[in-house]
Amino acid sequence: MGRKKNDGLKKGMGIRARRGLAYVVLITISFFCLFWFYILFINATRSNGELQAGFTLLPSTHALDNWRNLIGGTLPMVRGMVNSLIIAASSAVLSVYFSTMTAYAIHAYEFRLKKYIYPFILMIMMIPTQVTALGFVQLVSSMKLEDSFIPLIGTTIAAPVTFFYMKQYMESTLSLALIEAARIDGSGEFRTFNHIVLPLMKPAIAVQAIFTFVNSWNNYFTPALILHEDSKKTLPILIAQLRAADWLKFDMGQVYMAIAFSIFPVILVYLVLSRQIVQGVSVGGVKE
Amino acid sequence: MKKKLASVMLCTAMSMSMLAGCGGSGGSETAANTETEAAGTEAKSEAESEAKTEAAGEDTESEAAGTEGQGQVFNIYCWNEEFKTRITDHYADYEKVDATTGKIGDITVKWNITPNDDNAYQNNLDATLLKQADASADDRIDMFLVEADYALKYIDSEYTMAVADLGITDADLSKQYQYTKDVVTDSAGVLKGVSWQGCPGVLFYNREAAKEVFGTDDPAEVQEYVKDWDTFNETAAVLKEAGYSIMSTVNDSYRVYSNNVTSPWVVDGKINIDENIMKWVDDSKELVDAGETNTYELWSDDWSKGFYPEGKVFCYFGPAWLVNFSMAADTEGSIGYQGGWGATEGPQGFFWGGTWICAAEGTDNAELIKDIMLTMTTDDAVMKEIVVDDDDFVNNQDVMNAMAEDTGYASTILGGQNPLGIYCAGVETLDLSNLSPYDQGCNEEFQNAMKNYFEGNATKEEALDLFYKAVVEKYPELTY
Amino acid sequence: MKKKKSRVSGYNKWGYIFLIPFTLAYVVFQLIPLANTIYNSFFENYMSGLKQIGPTFVGIDNYRKLFEGGDIWTYAKNTMVLWIMCFIPQIILSLLLGAWFSDTRLRLRGSRFFKTVIYLPNLIMASAFAMLFFTLFSDGGPINSLLMQLGFIDTPYKFLSNTGSARGLIAFMNCLMWFGNTTILLMAGMMGIDTNLFEAAEVDGATSTQVFYRVTLPLLRPILVYVIITSLIGGLQLFDVPQILTNGTGDPMRTTMTLIMFLNKHLYSKNYGMAGALSVVLFIMTGILSLIVFKVSGNDKRKG
Repeated sequence: MGRKKNDGLKKGMGIRARRGLAYVVLITISFFCLFWFYILFINATRSNGELQAGFTLLPSTHALDNWRNLIGGTLPMVRGMVNSLIIAASSAVLSVYFSTMTAYAIHAYEFRLKKYIYPFILMIMMIPTQVTALGFVQLVSSMKLEDSFIPLIGTTIAAPVTFFYMKQYMESTLSLALIEAARIDGSGEFRTFNHIVLPLMKPAIAVQAIFTFVNSWNNYFTPALILHEDSKKTLPILIAQLRAADWLKFDMGQVYMAIAFSIFPVILVYLVLSRQIVQGVSVGGVKE
Repeated sequence: MKKKLASVMLCTAMSMSMLAGCGGSGGSETAANTETEAAGTEAKSEAESEAKTEAAGEDTESEAAGTEGQGQVFNIYCWNEEFKTRITDHYADYEKVDATTGKIGDITVKWNITPNDDNAYQNNLDATLLKQADASADDRIDMFLVEADYALKYIDSEYTMAVADLGITDADLSKQYQYTKDVVTDSAGVLKGVSWQGCPGVLFYNREAAKEVFGTDDPAEVQEYVKDWDTFNETAAVLKEAGYSIMSTVNDSYRVYSNNVTSPWVVDGKINIDENIMKWVDDSKELVDAGETNTYELWSDDWSKGFYPEGKVFCYFGPAWLVNFSMAADTEGSIGYQGGWGATEGPQGFFWGGTWICAAEGTDNAELIKDIMLTMTTDDAVMKEIVVDDDDFVNNQDVMNAMAEDTGYASTILGGQNPLGIYCAGVETLDLSNLSPYDQGCNEEFQNAMKNYFEGNATKEEALDLFYKAVVEKYPELTY
Repeated sequence: MKKKKSRVSGYNKWGYIFLIPFTLAYVVFQLIPLANTIYNSFFENYMSGLKQIGPTFVGIDNYRKLFEGGDIWTYAKNTMVLWIMCFIPQIILSLLLGAWFSDTRLRLRGSRFFKTVIYLPNLIMASAFAMLFFTLFSDGGPINSLLMQLGFIDTPYKFLSNTGSARGLIAFMNCLMWFGNTTILLMAGMMGIDTNLFEAAEVDGATSTQVFYRVTLPLLRPILVYVIITSLIGGLQLFDVPQILTNGTGDPMRTTMTLIMFLNKHLYSKNYGMAGALSVVLFIMTGILSLIVFKVSGNDKRKG
């Protein structure tokens, strides 16, 4: 093709221009991504009265007051963070592990019901969660599982969206020949899954673990309907409670501090897990 | 086949009524309670059989009559910490155990707090009340709190006990403001709740602006400029000349108009818009079109701009708590900080806020409920304590009138004025006999829909249609 | 250690075994509420205050009511418009970033930083995000004062009171919250591609653009299909951002009201009948659209 040669000639200039463009776009995007954190932390340093006075880019001096009011207040913020961590971490682990397992079942095996199960799981994805939420709460209530983390964590075992991703990922990367090879080496099916398939899925697992963790961390609706004891509540519920405070205690400074406080762990988790994705080294070194 | 369908339907209906509920309780407590339950049933079975769903309610009556038979766990449902703080501070027998439990004598008090966001509080409360009859004694709700906007939803149901059945008499409640009783009186005229708070509202005006525009900041003279809606609207034009908005937003005055209606939102299942509400629409549209006020949401950043002199807002409508706690009085540079607000009656009396205490039908702690209600809402000494400690406006005419006459009491935020007399005057004329169980949804949707009209995105008819549509979505049983 | 499995069919029973946890959790926690949803769509069933109305079998009455007046089509249109406004910039941005990050010749400095940063907005709760948006775009907020200082406008512009800007803000916030998500999905997909393929292509003298179109995209196809399908589903179920930003009203005049926001209105009275019917309609719409995507992308071809 003649075009190829032309492209080749223009390459030197093109690269530089493209690199410049890339930097401009990336820096703009980074600004839009980080800006919110900046205001959030600025707002966390301001008092309720100052917040009412409007927006500013400069920090104020009330960070410590807000922090003390928040931690010294009646709401168990630290306990809430522990609860959130337990729920989000267990959800992430269970969801990712079992979704991968389910995807593997569909990807690697041929069985009679497969034809029906795969589309069926995809169909589940298409049902709006809002509708089933209230029915779900009824169910939890009749199982006497209120104020328990089990219904919140247990549901994540069946996560169609995660499953679908894992399935698609396997399609593009996991070769069946590899599994055959493992079988010939005498590896049991369960062992193959745990020791060969899972490591190969690392980037996908990291991605879905992050998503599940973050979703669960920020979820308010369902936990609010299930957890009622203060000692069991998660951070979003406590923050909503802080915002619903009576006029005597209402303090936006505290609310912003609580939001800032609740963001730290999730940033940390993200940074750790994202190393798997952003490292820039290919993990899927499958030999042909 | 038909039978099967029916049974499925029944199941659905039952599971429908078994929504989320409160926390479990210790095994030993349950055992102890079964005994008292049994005793109660025995006493009653002489009179009649117990095969009724309302049995729980009747149990309570017989228990209330005797001193024995108190339940071991006392469940209180609410949406924030306010009442808990009041009980902890002012109910002498209450001992705090941890954040959500306490003890009164041998009885364990459990606070079940669900925030208001996304209607979560009412969803949870509804679900638990609906299965009240089937719940074990320790899981049943004993006491729950409501706000005025949706009080009738609970008051007008069989899930709330009449206070008379608790042994509280009219004489006990004689010092309470009439409007606080109107809010929790059901359609048959039965009083079913009490409140420790009064939240009468007044008009807070910016003293500097008053001096600049009217040449005086004396409450009586300023009142002349805002004494009724027509005068109020004329004044708006004068204020605009001087660069002031009369109010921050049209939503500021909504409450004042809607508290003074002569017909309820729903008449015989049909949505009804009162004249005074329509007057709000017409008045507001004129003000907005003339640029004399705006369409901000309450509590938004734009709304609170007027807490500072630069915001150029002449007045806010509100109760004592608004000016004391919500208008940045502790922040340097705000009008409140400089003692720059004045209080006057304004065009019409109104109230804003307040929390009512209700007893749940089926409670096994009627005695305790009675005592809490009496102590917190009728005891002069306790109520005075609440005024002094918490700056609350209490629901006790004697206490408040005495304070209104106290020349030593002055509000620094209000530039040394004692506003209690003005508060008391407004609240005495307030007539709230036209509340309906649909108020929360109607008020909310009405303001939302009209915003489109005020901002020129719809004609009045279109906005009204939108309102009807939105209300029917929320309350499918209504027509228009 | 060398225990040899004999027949292929012997392996395949593991397919069922591996499906057990998912199926169990699904049946227990989701299938029952789901069946209820569909079942309820044929009943009049709601709460009037604390009173239960119904359930009374009403056939397809709920569906009829839903389509009466044609409002549902307005909401469907709003949803599609918002979805396109959110999705198009989002997928273009994600593909562009994905291409740049995977382009070895570009040698972007600090790409790890950029890769990390793009997902951060998703960590903020939508409600907290909206609070910041309200502050920024309020009448007296910084955006308006900036525009006024620059002389673009004389009076504050009411961003959420005009259809165009309200939709724009929703799309902007939604895009900001989710483009990192899409990019990460694509990047993880690219990570799985054997680097040898890129090297081989480079040795053959292929340009970056060619590598992207000829090597990366085809191998990424399953992941791309995933991204399109899930964002289609997510788009049709668009809810939290417009709900919070417009305070549930879909203002101005419901031009930002999406289908799920409409559904949410019916949940106020726990109207399982209408909500159920709407869900079924939504389900059918999503199903049809997804099927089209599958067919077009050729993802459903059976493997030999």
